[in-house]
Amino acid sequence: MTLSHCILLAAALFSVGVYGLLARRQIVAILLSIELMANAANIVFVAFAHFRGGTLGQVFAVFSIALTVAEVAVGLALAMLMYRRYGDTQIGLASEMKR
Amino acid sequence: MGAIAFGVAAACAVLSALAVVRSANLVHAVLWLGVTLLTTAVLYAMLGASFLAGVQVLLYVGGVVTLMIFGVMVTRRHGGAEPVLENARSGAAAIVASVLFLSVAWAVLATDGLDAPVTLPAPVTAADLGRVLLRDHVLAFETISMLLLAAIIGAIVIARRNDAGVSRDATRPAAPAAAPAAPEAAE
Repeated sequence: MTLSHCILLAAALFSVGVYGLLARRQIVAILLSIELMANAANIVFVAFAHFRGGTLGQVFAVFSIALTVAEVAVGLALAMLMYRRYGDTQIGLASEMKR
Repeated sequence: MGAIAFGVAAACAVLSALAVVRSANLVHAVLWLGVTLLTTAVLYAMLGASFLAGVQVLLYVGGVVTLMIFGVMVTRRHGGAEPVLENARSGAAAIVASVLFLSVAWAVLATDGLDAPVTLPAPVTAADLGRVLLRDHVLAFETISMLLLAAIIGAIVIARRNDAGVSRDATRPAAPAAAPAAPEAAE
């Protein structure tokens, strides 16, 4: 287990998240993909904290986790609003501002 | 020993992440996300971040996954067929994701000195982390508390039903949606 192994794993997880973000069309599934990507970023923070020393990486990861939780709360509120307005949560329905 | 454990954890993480984005059932996808997050907690423990491993299990697996299942349940259509989860561009998405991974992997492998042998520092304990958080980074800490408060209020305002003449039950889900974030900020 070296630093580059950890970064490669995080890159793989992030890429899977990007795939989900682009290929899914339900808003909750897109939120799941965003979770995957944030999780991958946290792995990099913790890996650098471990292999380079210091607490800063872990502090950053703590803040990042708090940010992600806030994002999930707002994202699910948006999903609920969308469900109420359109009766479905397909992301394509929310293109009103384009027209 | 460590290498084998890391390999197993990494394989579990990537495979369950693939299941998250490929699963045809949204509830299954959320549960696979729980597996990914638990495996990440194992990785944190292996990387000497025991406090973060605990936070990961409590907050992500306990909080976010529950919240997500709740969101799936609330926004599910009653009756009818299962909704289609994929859009028509999943092939292009796969290409983009592969290119992204390959470019990052190339950059990592081409960087010299990334794996230079270093004397591993002592593992960071929860006491160290708390001391640093509340002394050196106390401003950021308080700012993130304000952000969580703003997110909670924003979630309630967004999800609130404000047209008259409808049942008030619909306003309830907003409060649990924000609740798991609160204790973390208060401490």
